[in-house]
Amino acid sequence: MHGNLKRLLGVSLVALVGAITPAAAKTLVYCSEGSPENFTPSINTTGTSFDAARPLYDQLVMFERGSTKVGPGLAEKWAVSEDGLTLTFNLRKGVKFHSGVNNFKPTRDFNAEDVLWSFNRMWKADHPYAKVSGGKYDYFADMDMPKLLDSITKTDDYTIVMKLKEPNAPMIANLAMDFATIHSAEYAEFLTKAGKPEQMDQIPVGTGPFSFVTYQKDAVIRFKKNADYYGEKAVVDDLVYAITPDPTARYSKLKAGECHFAIAPRPADLAEMQKDPSLKVINQSGLNIAYWAFNTQKKPFDDKRVRQALNMAIDKQAIIRDVYLGAGQAAKNLVPPILWSYNDAVKDYAFDAEKAKALLKEAGVATPFEMDLWYMPVQRPYNPNAKRIAEMMQADLAKVGINAKLVTYEWGEYRKRAQQGEHMTAQLGWTGDNGDPDNFFFLRGCTGARAGGQNITKWCNKEYDDLLNQAKKLSDVAARTKIYEKMQLIEVEEAPDMKIAHSTVYEAMRKEVENYKQGPFGGHKFNGVDVK
Amino acid sequence: MATDVTVTGPTATSKGDQSPLAAFWAAFAENNGAVGGLIVLTFIVLVAIFADFVAPHPPLEQFRDAVKAPPVWDEGGSWRFILGTDGLGRDMLTRIIYGARVSLFIGLTVMCVSFVLGVLLGLIAAFQGGVIDLLITRVMDLIMAVPGLVLAILIVAVLGPSLTNTIVAVTVVFLPRYVRLVRASALAELGKEYVTAARVIGVGKLRLMFATVLPNCLAPLIVQSALGVSEAILEAAALGFLGLGAQPPTPEWGAMLADAREFIRSNPWIVTLPGLAILVTVVSINLMGDGLRDALDPKLQRS
Amino acid sequence: MSARTLANHMIKYLLTRIALTVPTFVALMFITFVAIRLVPGDPVEVRVGERGISPERLAEFRKDLGLDQPVWKQFLDYVWQLLHGDFGTSVVTNEKVLTEFFTLFPATVELSLAAMLFAVLLGVPAGATAAVKRGSWYDQTLMGISVTGFSMPIFWWGLLLIMLVAERLHWTPVSGRIDLIKYYFEPTTGFMLIDSILSGQKGAFRDAVHHLVLPMIVLGTVPLAVIARMTRSSMLEVLSEDYVRTARAKGLSPFRVIGLHALRNALIPVVTVIGLSVGSLMAGAVLTETIFSWPGVGKWLIEAIGRRDYPALQGGVMLVSAIVIFVNVFVDFLYGVINPRIRHGN
Repeated sequence: MHGNLKRLLGVSLVALVGAITPAAAKTLVYCSEGSPENFTPSINTTGTSFDAARPLYDQLVMFERGSTKVGPGLAEKWAVSEDGLTLTFNLRKGVKFHSGVNNFKPTRDFNAEDVLWSFNRMWKADHPYAKVSGGKYDYFADMDMPKLLDSITKTDDYTIVMKLKEPNAPMIANLAMDFATIHSAEYAEFLTKAGKPEQMDQIPVGTGPFSFVTYQKDAVIRFKKNADYYGEKAVVDDLVYAITPDPTARYSKLKAGECHFAIAPRPADLAEMQKDPSLKVINQSGLNIAYWAFNTQKKPFDDKRVRQALNMAIDKQAIIRDVYLGAGQAAKNLVPPILWSYNDAVKDYAFDAEKAKALLKEAGVATPFEMDLWYMPVQRPYNPNAKRIAEMMQADLAKVGINAKLVTYEWGEYRKRAQQGEHMTAQLGWTGDNGDPDNFFFLRGCTGARAGGQNITKWCNKEYDDLLNQAKKLSDVAARTKIYEKMQLIEVEEAPDMKIAHSTVYEAMRKEVENYKQGPFGGHKFNGVDVK
Repeated sequence: MATDVTVTGPTATSKGDQSPLAAFWAAFAENNGAVGGLIVLTFIVLVAIFADFVAPHPPLEQFRDAVKAPPVWDEGGSWRFILGTDGLGRDMLTRIIYGARVSLFIGLTVMCVSFVLGVLLGLIAAFQGGVIDLLITRVMDLIMAVPGLVLAILIVAVLGPSLTNTIVAVTVVFLPRYVRLVRASALAELGKEYVTAARVIGVGKLRLMFATVLPNCLAPLIVQSALGVSEAILEAAALGFLGLGAQPPTPEWGAMLADAREFIRSNPWIVTLPGLAILVTVVSINLMGDGLRDALDPKLQRS
Repeated sequence: MSARTLANHMIKYLLTRIALTVPTFVALMFITFVAIRLVPGDPVEVRVGERGISPERLAEFRKDLGLDQPVWKQFLDYVWQLLHGDFGTSVVTNEKVLTEFFTLFPATVELSLAAMLFAVLLGVPAGATAAVKRGSWYDQTLMGISVTGFSMPIFWWGLLLIMLVAERLHWTPVSGRIDLIKYYFEPTTGFMLIDSILSGQKGAFRDAVHHLVLPMIVLGTVPLAVIARMTRSSMLEVLSEDYVRTARAKGLSPFRVIGLHALRNALIPVVTVIGLSVGSLMAGAVLTETIFSWPGVGKWLIEAIGRRDYPALQGGVMLVSAIVIFVNVFVDFLYGVINPRIRHGN
């Protein structure tokens, strides 16, 4: 015991004496938010997990770094047939999968087999990997892929043909989403032989700009540069994700230089951060919406006037100021202004307690009126603090004679109950994931208005819904824009909800970080990023 | 009242001809810390009771024109909001005053419920013995085996977060201490002569339990209860901090602190003041509890 | 009693105590199992987020997870699994619960041991000296500090220390276990202090210690206060006993009397307190790990509740409780070994 201790001390002394930073390769440390569930995006749903897999993988088509524009990825070119039913992809040649990870050495380049393997895993129940790691392909199902896809075939090693059952304009954008990541079929075979199929999702092998080195749960993920990458190459040699769930801690680490880049700085800290000469703060209007939904199937919220009155009763600007702390803009439409088809002609309800009272009276609502107001128990990208918003709303509502009771449930339970329509009014929101306006307008569609559907206003307007379906089948952007603009007018007049805000997404980094481009979907890409 | 029963018990110390209460007070008053604790605690209790009259503002009023106003001693502070306002413009002093109500209510309720249940279960275990005793002790062991906070979190998760469920959870966590204490002291008393004597003259079981044995177990129980209040307040605040305690807009100290965590750099008073309130309250209860123990426990007394 | 029969006696005692924990475990398993199933919400609902999920797919997933079975059947399946040493698989990460637990456990142990060491190294001398100088200004101050420490809401304390020590004064890092830019090595033991030495990288150990200091102080505060108080009162008792008085009267140096005779005897109850505080240490670790982003089992358990990760939660609660129970049994046993009074009583 004593001997050991002495030895320990001895070693540490040696360590102390000669402690100078080893001449290091360039490392970029990203203070991330949490541990990924695993490294296969198709079986994940959280931004944290997608972020962890993003350096490693590519999709057939990809969002250009920092934009919603879809560009080539593993497919160099693609074509959509006249009728919109056939998509043909010409695959890139000479793309190498990462070599040496988990003792796997690829013997061939990326080809059509890998594409088939990746899609069939999500699609076909008899795929050998379909059930590995729980086999839940949420996004694939949510984007209606099983309903839309008719077949995926390869005509040769570098051509993939995808046939659809009906034309679908957002399809190409869907394929750029993380879930449509392409894996190595050869690696899968290698793991099957080794009897460790679950490692497919834990020790990832991809084609991306970085390759996987190691992962320690709740602590760190390490990547290293993939020198063979075909696209925009990594500039740093090592990429480290330091898992730091607490935003205060992330800020401090950023200040101390323990990380170069931090996700989701707290709005409360922004003012101080912006003053700090060693830091850079960038922002972008988020592709999201926070709203307060009224259950239109419950009295008195079936009355348009009541819903409009509620819209007028809330001081939205105060919420933006005190809850978003400026990191958001008041919303008047479901779609955020950065998305095409945003209708700026829509006029939002002005904050007017007197008018709200009058409207309520006109609608025959006797005050004091009791209602419940649900708020999410968790922070969401579009809503930094639903509880605080609820408390503010409660105070505002009291002024028009409404006693709002604040209600919340555990997050999963909350959403389930709201979708069942158990609430009178409830806060919720949405984060866009493919940059197509349909991805926002569908929120108020009739399909989702059934009990259990995601349209928690339970509002089903025939005119709106018809337009929604019509727009989805068109590929002409101008024609779609026209329809969407009209839908926004209907939606605001009918007021099934009160739109609260589009949050602004901030990113904080050290001055040394260069060439980082903020992505509209809240994800992070570090190829091309340098640390000076 | 309880105290005078204790001192008339067979373990009473020789304090001359002083009345038991006076003797107790004399012992208690010798301890400066205890008296200080008692004074502070009395002040907190009074403030909590008369919150409606003492608090400068209504606890839920949001002053939208003065959100995150700094306390009076800070730059830009004003006497309008002596301790500043929180993230929604509510007066901190008012909320801390009302928070005292919530915390003391939690502490006292947990203590009373655990006290009553603890006495019942402990006495039953001691008197019945056999299977019932085994069952009660085992269940208590079981509860003790799970780390307190984890158990409380689990219970709140099952029942849903609310003030009542916080009380339930914290009571379950602390119950074993009371049961064990009562059982152990009752067992010790049972072997003593005066109990045997009482039995011989045919005192009924209930009477024996509550009138003969219980009063002589009270001293350690009172000390435990006093400390139990402070522990319950701490535990409830921890639950509040994890977002599992009282729900908004109830001004509970732990929840106030958790809500304001994001302001720890920019507006630190919103975070530090509720914590300080917890600390001061708990310290004063503990100091008083120490004094109680010294005054009640004859073994430690003037040792 | 001869040494041999004494040893037999001890072993028998230990075995009985261990045997007695078995029903506790079974009951614990059953109760946590039922309780966890009563928690509203389920893992599938949590993971789908705003998108929601169609009833058919929900049913399918629940079936895959075995959640469609009646609870008693699920319980029997679980017991069967357990008997095969399988604690199940996390619903969220698809990792074996046992693997996850033991990857994170060393971090908790490291933190807890450090906190305990901190508490003992400061608490014992503080308590002992306070007892010797009983009633003095020094004693009163120390006991005042101790009551404060004992009453500390540690989640608040942690936040304050981070603010002051880490952010204003820059004396320690804010969170984490080691500087990830400077040092890189694979975990071998999971104990950062040991791994940093094994890595042979210069400065790594020092850096790991640096990271450990603040969480250690936060977690160690309450035990420190308890130990100081305990040592003081136990020391007071011993000091008033005859043999110490005799030793003093015989003119032995105060240092010998206090340091060797009194302190040694006074420490016996203190050791028990240390052992028995394992449970509260675990509870404190939950808060400390949450505040410091320390990758241990406490934080993991809280997250498991949030994600409704039944297997992880169930396994975690059972493993943590098992450790607490065994440590308690062991401490009891140890107490019997070191305390001659109890031994003779037996």
